[in-house]
Amino acid sequence: MLNLAPKDSFRNGVHPPENKDDTSHLAIRRFPFAPVLIVPLSQHLGKPAVAVVREGQEVTRGQTIAEPDGFLSVAMHAPASGVVKRITLAPSISGAMVPSVYLQPHPASSQEVADGEPCDVETATPDEIIAAIQRAGIVGLGGAAFPTHVKLKAPEGKRLDTLIINGVECEPYLTTDHRVMLEQTADIFLGVRYLLRATGAKEAIIAVEANKPDAARKLRQDCPEGLPVSIRVCPVKYPQGAEKLVIKSLLDREIPSGGLPADVQAICVNVATTAEIGRLLPRGRGIQERVITIGGPAVRRKGNYRIPIGTTVRFALEQTDTVTNISRVFLGGPMMGAAVSNLDIPITKGTSGITALTTTETGEATGHKTVYPCIHCARCVDACPLFLNPSQLGLLAKNEEYVQMADEFNLMDCFECGACSYICPSHIPLVQYFRLAKKMVRKLSVPA
Amino acid sequence: MTEFRKHLEIGSSPHISSGDSVEVIMRNVVFALTPVCIFAVYTFGIAAALVLATATLSCIATEHILCKANGRASTIGDWSVAITGLLYGLTLPPDLPLWMVAVGGIFAVAVGKFLFGGLGSNAFNPALVGRAFLQAAFPQAMTHWALPLGDSRFVDLPASTLAMPFAQPGYDAITTATPLAMMKFDGIQAAGGDLLLGLTAGSAGETCALLILLGGAYLVARKMMNWRIPISIFVTVAGITWLFNLYDSVQFPTPTFMLFSGGLMLGALFMATDMVASPITNAGCWLYGLLIGSLVVVIRFWGGMPEGVMYAILLANAVSPHIDRLIRPAVFGTGKGAG
Repeated sequence: MLNLAPKDSFRNGVHPPENKDDTSHLAIRRFPFAPVLIVPLSQHLGKPAVAVVREGQEVTRGQTIAEPDGFLSVAMHAPASGVVKRITLAPSISGAMVPSVYLQPHPASSQEVADGEPCDVETATPDEIIAAIQRAGIVGLGGAAFPTHVKLKAPEGKRLDTLIINGVECEPYLTTDHRVMLEQTADIFLGVRYLLRATGAKEAIIAVEANKPDAARKLRQDCPEGLPVSIRVCPVKYPQGAEKLVIKSLLDREIPSGGLPADVQAICVNVATTAEIGRLLPRGRGIQERVITIGGPAVRRKGNYRIPIGTTVRFALEQTDTVTNISRVFLGGPMMGAAVSNLDIPITKGTSGITALTTTETGEATGHKTVYPCIHCARCVDACPLFLNPSQLGLLAKNEEYVQMADEFNLMDCFECGACSYICPSHIPLVQYFRLAKKMVRKLSVPA
Repeated sequence: MTEFRKHLEIGSSPHISSGDSVEVIMRNVVFALTPVCIFAVYTFGIAAALVLATATLSCIATEHILCKANGRASTIGDWSVAITGLLYGLTLPPDLPLWMVAVGGIFAVAVGKFLFGGLGSNAFNPALVGRAFLQAAFPQAMTHWALPLGDSRFVDLPASTLAMPFAQPGYDAITTATPLAMMKFDGIQAAGGDLLLGLTAGSAGETCALLILLGGAYLVARKMMNWRIPISIFVTVAGITWLFNLYDSVQFPTPTFMLFSGGLMLGALFMATDMVASPITNAGCWLYGLLIGSLVVVIRFWGGMPEGVMYAILLANAVSPHIDRLIRPAVFGTGKGAG
């Protein structure tokens, strides 16, 4: 078969405006503590953690406040020294109420972070590293929030040869990974050592998109002698950062439909996650804060902030002097981020950014875009990085032919990157259709 | 505490979209056709202007009225019916009676587009549906060609233009045959230069290959046209013709003549590329072009009529959904490269 994919990249995709220049040059700043922090017990895919603190209990910053419940679960740590006010239900991005710990930071506290059981990269066994990562509460910080230690454990009989550190950050507006790569190279390379040891992979590749040449330069410059790691630059194209596509671009390996990176002997870890591993494990600490980009036209003091987990979106927008005339606020970037209906939800480990738009950008002021029928222009077909046929899937979704979508047109492979909806000149909400269709298919495939 | 707006907009991601919309694409097709229309009026005079105006207005009015009659919002604002109207007008003989133009325009939109479900659902190119209807209903009027660059073209109207409905139109003495008809029935080939510049007899807008190519190039540059379709048609037509011309250069014309005569340019660039009625994959578009090109050659060489672009495209339109079913790219992770 003719290889039609461009060098170090993948076929199809789109080029949305990057909008990264407003924040990419701004160094990471520390965010103030909110009066109340809300720490959900489930910030990851998998089972919620089990709270190990009581209401009214004093906690130290970094102290474990919830333990993992089984292997597919991670620990939670106190984002500040303070007092546990309540353990109750709190609103979440999905609209569901989830069990959460309400923490009131002590204003006078020095906010020293508590150390835990250290994990030494030279002496720890792979299983010890994996356990330490679970104890540190580490999940994929790129947005998926999948427990990292689960990923590291290769399925029975699979061997991993390549570790990919994903610093692509292809979402518009977001510049957190970019800043982490510029400012935390030592943490990243230490994280790489932990990950190489834990997975047994022979080499690591750090993937950076071509719009961050300074990050690639800095990484090359600081790369320790003898560490089997290379830095590769991919052309700018959305959604280059998706696991399947970054593996395709760098290794020219195609994860089989429904499969895992381990099926092609690879593992892919986000660069900020890697930096956290390198930063936290030597002192046995846990994730109690993360770097996010707060940006978008509505935000006056845009920037990259190291923000305590549990800070509400409202507090974050207030502190960054956001205009009151906000129209749409979403967690993450504009291509895949989830819209927020309630500003009182907390930032969690999977939140890579807050982007706020005003009525001008969303068209509320000027009138929303008309949805036209599909004209078969094929732009979505040329955009889909998985070679699905969004046009056909869209027509089927309208007719509620969900099973046919899955059986004949590979609906379940769609990872909702949004390239098709973005490019559609008829403004058909294709991804929204596909999300609903996937839910329906899952429902139908489970016997009642 | 800051008082943010209470009601936030909720929506599924993505929260941004590319600038192009259906009406922008459609409007640009109209822009791309404008030079062709102006040239049609220059070569054939006021008669051509009236044909184009009647064609466009009848199509737009039909869509507007049908939408209203069915209790829907009018869809003429998406500009797609304007393209249908212009393209339809460009395929007609410039001295066609205007009442016939109007009847065909109504048929094009009512049957070719609205009956199928409107924009996005038409199986066939509506403009060609209108023309095919006229070809069947008024075969004589549809093969009656005025001379280009007639002296009084900006002063007098041909007698046929304002013919009474349902009456036999009277024709002026000076008429001629199209280059394709001359080739087919008399074995005479028009000069390449005249064909390229459009100084030959023919439908209002099919004659100037150069301007049609320019319009097409503009749309390709704006990524509003799949160039594979016209290229595939051109290569197929030129290739097959070349082979036959090698074999017998008296009976069969040259590839250049075939490419630049008749409705091939207009059809390949502006009608075959109708997004709705053409395949969705690039591979499918190559096959679709191959089919159209082959049919054009077959009809022109061995069919009863001198020109075959219209039927070639309509037949390929019918096959297009089947091409889409046949040619499906392997989904990521399911092909040979997977695993």
